[in-house]
Amino acid sequence: MLETWVPVLIFFILVAGFGTVSLVLSYAFGPKKPDARKLSPYECGMRPIGSARERFSVKFYLVAMLFLLFDIEAVFLFPWAVVYRDLKLFGFFEMLLFIVVILAGYIYAWKKGALEWER
Amino acid sequence: MNLATINIAAILPTLVLSVVGIVVMVAEPFVGEQKKSNLGWLAFAGTLAAMLSLVPMANNRGQWYSNLWIVDDYDVFLDFIFLLIAAITILTSMDFLRREELNHPEFYSLLLFATAGMLMMAASNELVMVFLGLEILSIATYVMAGFRRADLKSNESALKYFLLGSFSSAFFLYGIALIFGATGSTNLLAIADALRSSKIQISLVSLSAALILIALCFKVAVAPFHVWTPDVYEGAPTPVTGFMSVGPKAAGFAVLFRVFLTAFPSIEDRWGSAIWMVAALTMILGNVIAVVQPNIKRMLAYSSIAHAGYVAVAFAATSDRGVSAALFYLLAYSLMNLGAFAMVTIISRKEDKLVNVTDYAGLGSKRPGLAAVLSLFMLSLAGVPGTAGFAGKFFIFRAALESRLVWLAIIGVVTTVISFYYYLSVIVQMYMREPHDEFSDVRLCGSLKFALVISAAGTLYLGLLPTRVLDWTTTAALR
Repeated sequence: MLETWVPVLIFFILVAGFGTVSLVLSYAFGPKKPDARKLSPYECGMRPIGSARERFSVKFYLVAMLFLLFDIEAVFLFPWAVVYRDLKLFGFFEMLLFIVVILAGYIYAWKKGALEWER
Repeated sequence: MNLATINIAAILPTLVLSVVGIVVMVAEPFVGEQKKSNLGWLAFAGTLAAMLSLVPMANNRGQWYSNLWIVDDYDVFLDFIFLLIAAITILTSMDFLRREELNHPEFYSLLLFATAGMLMMAASNELVMVFLGLEILSIATYVMAGFRRADLKSNESALKYFLLGSFSSAFFLYGIALIFGATGSTNLLAIADALRSSKIQISLVSLSAALILIALCFKVAVAPFHVWTPDVYEGAPTPVTGFMSVGPKAAGFAVLFRVFLTAFPSIEDRWGSAIWMVAALTMILGNVIAVVQPNIKRMLAYSSIAHAGYVAVAFAATSDRGVSAALFYLLAYSLMNLGAFAMVTIISRKEDKLVNVTDYAGLGSKRPGLAAVLSLFMLSLAGVPGTAGFAGKFFIFRAALESRLVWLAIIGVVTTVISFYYYLSVIVQMYMREPHDEFSDVRLCGSLKFALVISAAGTLYLGLLPTRVLDWTTTAALR
């Protein structure tokens, strides 16, 4: 019974290993230029303490919108992955088509400069 | 599920529109400023290709994709109207976008996506599919309504349309949820079957029918759900107003007919009188309020409400004759109204200057050709014999009389007489008032000429030789 969970254990070890290795590598080789903003909790360019009723830059909304779009589209991959075995090649090409459509949107957003903060 | 259940031909027009829409969108950042209008022509070619692909679609009648998608004559005829609307709108907007310095080809993508949504609405055999098409259409149209981003009125238009549109979408969803609760299905034929059995909670079904009716009445802008129309139509860019006054309206009626005559015919005693009242109220309100509008876009907005009222008369007839008359009227109305809005686009200046009826004074002596074409559209909208408007109204009132809706027909004729006042006042301005503008900077480029020729020729053809199209709508109305 317990043996069936061995792949999950291996997966856990792989995930933990990958996480550790990439953290260590970026610590060892990455450039470090700390400043007060970067070291603040939840580093996102906002002061975490104070009134929440301030004006946000409209750029946040653009990023949030793009994030939501691509996130929701990624969610569609999960049910597909569950029934992938039954769908066979049909499912593969269907999802390929779906991803190509997302890719088109991504290229559009990229070329329009929606992914650049400073413009 | 396997590849055999896929029928590309049955969805080909929708597919063509979506693909061309995506191509236009992705190509936009890669194309230089000078060549942007080429993408407009690409979108136009897309609508023509979709029109051609109606032929293989028509050869694949039946229900496809787990009965979600239905292809019949009704669907093919409506798709033809939608594609015609999209093609004429693209032609009208090309010069407009350049003039307003809004030359963003995303406009054409949005238009193609909206049209794809309309095709889905006409072809869906399932309430959830209808909702999907409705949202694809609506979201693209909200964006187009606010396309003049720097203009406050355009913003107001988009926001009002968005808020009320999402409100009505909520009604539609609530209706779907209730009908699913009552019958256990969202398929129109399954609902119709379930309603014929006696074990149904009829109050739940009626409530659901009422909610769906309210939502669609919002979309087609009939009284008392018309209040958003004038503000939205006035603020939106003129070609978009033209599109909104015919496209979503035709798609909304397509769904109304399909849903109520396929799924709910057995409870007609419960919704029939509601349609009667909606039709009467819409014709009276639209035509009477249009009389006092100084702004031609607002005037045409109320006129579009009134025309929705005439189609609602055909709906109240609940007969095949009525559906056929409504289909004919939708085609006729689309052609003449798009033509009228193309003329408003031509005469108006940058940032919606010169859109009052009095601004048309003296057009007859300065630009006789344009004045003659606009007169044709106005006469057709009023319903003068020999034009498409007359033939359409005639068929609708005949269908109403055959279904013993005598009072509705009388109200229709009386309000048509009222409508002559405001349509003819445009003609009076053009021919009988002194010009206070030279109309010298009115440019008429090729695409606009093309749009005017199509709509004027269609208006005359449907008015003088309606038989062939009427035969088509008669077969399309049969179930």
